[in-house]
Amino acid sequence: MNNKQTPAAGAASDFDRLNRDWYIDKAVQTLVFLGGISAIIFIIGIFVFISKEGLGFLVGDFSFKEFFFSQNWRPTSENKVTYGILALIAGTASVTGLAMLIAIPFSLGTAIFIAEFATGKTREFLKITVELLAAIPSVVWGFIGLAMMNPLIIDIFDVPVGLNVLNAGIILGLMAAPIMTSIAEDALKAVPDRYREAAEAMGATRWQVIYKVVLPAAKNGLLGAVLLGVGRGFGETMAVLMATGHAINIPTSVFDSVRALTATIAAELGETAVGSPHYKALFTIGISLFVITFVINLVADLVVRGVKKG
Amino acid sequence: MFEATQINRKNLGREKISRFVLGGMTAILILPVILIMSTLIYKGAPVISFDFLFTNPTNGMTQGGIFPALLGTILLVIVALLASVPLGVAAAIYLSEYAPDNWFTRAINLAIINLAGVPSIVHALFGLGAFVIFFRFGTSILAASLTLAIMTLPVVIVATRESLQAVPMAFREACWNMGATRWQTIRRIVLPNAVTGILTGVILEVSRTAGETAPIMFTGAVFFLPFLPQGVFDQTMALSLHLFVVSTQVPEMPEAVPYGVALVLISLVLLMNSVSIALRMYLRGKKKW
Amino acid sequence: MVNQGNIKLGVDKLSIHYGSEVALEGVSFDIREHEIFGIIGPANAGKTSFLKAINRMDVFNPDMKVGGSITFNGVDVSKVRNVYGLRRRIGVVFPLPVGLPLSVYDNVALAPRLAGQKDKAELNVIVERCLTRAALWDEVKDRLDSLGSMLSGGQQQRLTIARALSQEPELLMLDEFSIAVDPVTTMRIEDVLKELKNEMTIILVTNLVQQARRLADRTAFFLEGKCLDVADTEDLFTGEVSDQRTRDYVEGRFG
Repeated sequence: MNNKQTPAAGAASDFDRLNRDWYIDKAVQTLVFLGGISAIIFIIGIFVFISKEGLGFLVGDFSFKEFFFSQNWRPTSENKVTYGILALIAGTASVTGLAMLIAIPFSLGTAIFIAEFATGKTREFLKITVELLAAIPSVVWGFIGLAMMNPLIIDIFDVPVGLNVLNAGIILGLMAAPIMTSIAEDALKAVPDRYREAAEAMGATRWQVIYKVVLPAAKNGLLGAVLLGVGRGFGETMAVLMATGHAINIPTSVFDSVRALTATIAAELGETAVGSPHYKALFTIGISLFVITFVINLVADLVVRGVKKG
Repeated sequence: MFEATQINRKNLGREKISRFVLGGMTAILILPVILIMSTLIYKGAPVISFDFLFTNPTNGMTQGGIFPALLGTILLVIVALLASVPLGVAAAIYLSEYAPDNWFTRAINLAIINLAGVPSIVHALFGLGAFVIFFRFGTSILAASLTLAIMTLPVVIVATRESLQAVPMAFREACWNMGATRWQTIRRIVLPNAVTGILTGVILEVSRTAGETAPIMFTGAVFFLPFLPQGVFDQTMALSLHLFVVSTQVPEMPEAVPYGVALVLISLVLLMNSVSIALRMYLRGKKKW
Repeated sequence: MVNQGNIKLGVDKLSIHYGSEVALEGVSFDIREHEIFGIIGPANAGKTSFLKAINRMDVFNPDMKVGGSITFNGVDVSKVRNVYGLRRRIGVVFPLPVGLPLSVYDNVALAPRLAGQKDKAELNVIVERCLTRAALWDEVKDRLDSLGSMLSGGQQQRLTIARALSQEPELLMLDEFSIAVDPVTTMRIEDVLKELKNEMTIILVTNLVQQARRLADRTAFFLEGKCLDVADTEDLFTGEVSDQRTRDYVEGRFG
């Protein structure tokens, strides 16, 4: 028998050529990779650039204690220029706090209603409405606070000024609620149906199923929604600028006017000279905001993915 | 025989109450917004006219139209799209088709989430420090649009990535087995079937970009410009900034004007969002597999 | 008498691991040009992994590690630079029917177009020929622009076969192709395969032992990650086998 075993015709070089398709594929691979890392580049870039501009302040006029713990923000004072942001922090915190107080229960309630009770067309309608609500621009909300809530508050509560913590808190609450509702609803939908079915098989009513089974199972996602809302509250600029009034002080009642960190930058940046201490101080506030929201987003992401911190 | 027991009745009652309460909460959330919208329409409609939209403002912005602001917003949006869509689609293709499941990919995803969460005023600071000053573009459409582009990049990336991932893996494997390169597979099968989803994300990005104020305030948008911008290095007016200034800083402003501007802006934004939503629903009906 | 022709595919001490799991070990044999080489064996014996290693689809699975060597036309497939070129020469049909979301015409015209064929007349010829051989032409000839992904399962499987044939491959690998196809159509395709072996080399992985007997010149028996037997097909059924388990499987005592 002829046992000649030779490799078949059509040897290596026949198909193993690096042709145009091969090169194009490699080029695309590089291009999309560059696109992929662009997000990292930008985040790092943002931090680098705002730190760069604020650096002078941090090493020069900066007194850590005074910056964070003094409530005297007087960059344009004629006698003594001080850069204390405590009052600004209080402004942001009070407005965000009130906003969350309003937004959390309502967005959670709405999310539960949409995810667990509403069906068919009603659910579609509600989801679309929530989505449209979330799209309203910040400056429009600020205008609403200014033009509509302001006189309303003055009328109803009989106070002299309607631009205050209450105004901005309600506005911010209405702004944050749709987004929190969406995320909370996603978290509730993510709970597998078999959990619900198992509970129903044991005779639980709808509400019992929700309260005892669904909510605990979704608590990570719900916590994430809350954190995201807080993050948005801290970072919101225009609405807060327009609705809080202009007084820089630590509020003692919801009817006090305050100033937020974000609003301060927006209000004063246009009037500072590039490179001046005031300019750098504003950038330093920017760095603080970046760090705060970065941490909040980081925690929210970890929580939502089920890995608890600490 | 199977009458509701006392416990049952209590439970059913509780369920009815909870349904009512939750439905009520939903209504309370939505109702104020409906009221607000109605007020906007009621007070702003008188000002709206063809002239309002297409002529220039006069008399210290208290009269005339808002055309330059409208045009400015459109210009800013277009330039921002030109920058962010190619980059965003590329990033999404990487994440969906190439990225391995490791820490680096997770870092990218984290960066995207954080980019979306950075306060708008911080984006403004970045735009100022980077584009206006460092790259010496000055306050210009270019600087403002690039700032906006970076800010809304996450929207495009996420929408694109989801559309790409919706294409079943089996299709890709079938192509790879035939000797198609990754790019050929993406070009012929994956991308064409993701286009509508990408479009949805782009429209969403447009609506967000049009409404932003803080990022453009210090990077290229101004309240008053005697002439229309001629090129990307010129400044421009913008609808969002216009609303901010006419409602806060112009004395003797007739009440209806800010309402009118707000109405135009919100209509624009809601219209684009509605188109995006409609597109998504259309997509759901057109199944190709 | 089987041809002692040239070697199309050489397998030497092939091993495949998924992480720490062993899918295949110590597999060595040759597949000759223009033969139908059958591979039979129970599920999870490593047959599909074997096919994946041949056309280098292992690169898409980071857990999959291939040891030993496979040579195609004398070239070690792990050393090939242009993997796409390799895959173009090898057509695969997997058990899961896949109709691409293109028109039926474009489904079959895809491979030729990727290879550079632009001439419409030529493409028409190729499409008709491949669809005919896949026993699908009659059913789709009047609706070539309907979506391939919307055909029935059996039609999609035949479309997959047509696509593989449109590559004009040197090596055609079929992995349990008849699962999604009715018996009559299976017969028609088996007739086509018998003719095709004059143009190409065929590896036929099948769970239908009788199908191997009908079609394969030589057959290998895989069990639990090892290749227990490679012989002329008839021998497995009536002649000499190296391992009794082969005879047991073939006679239906397990599997």
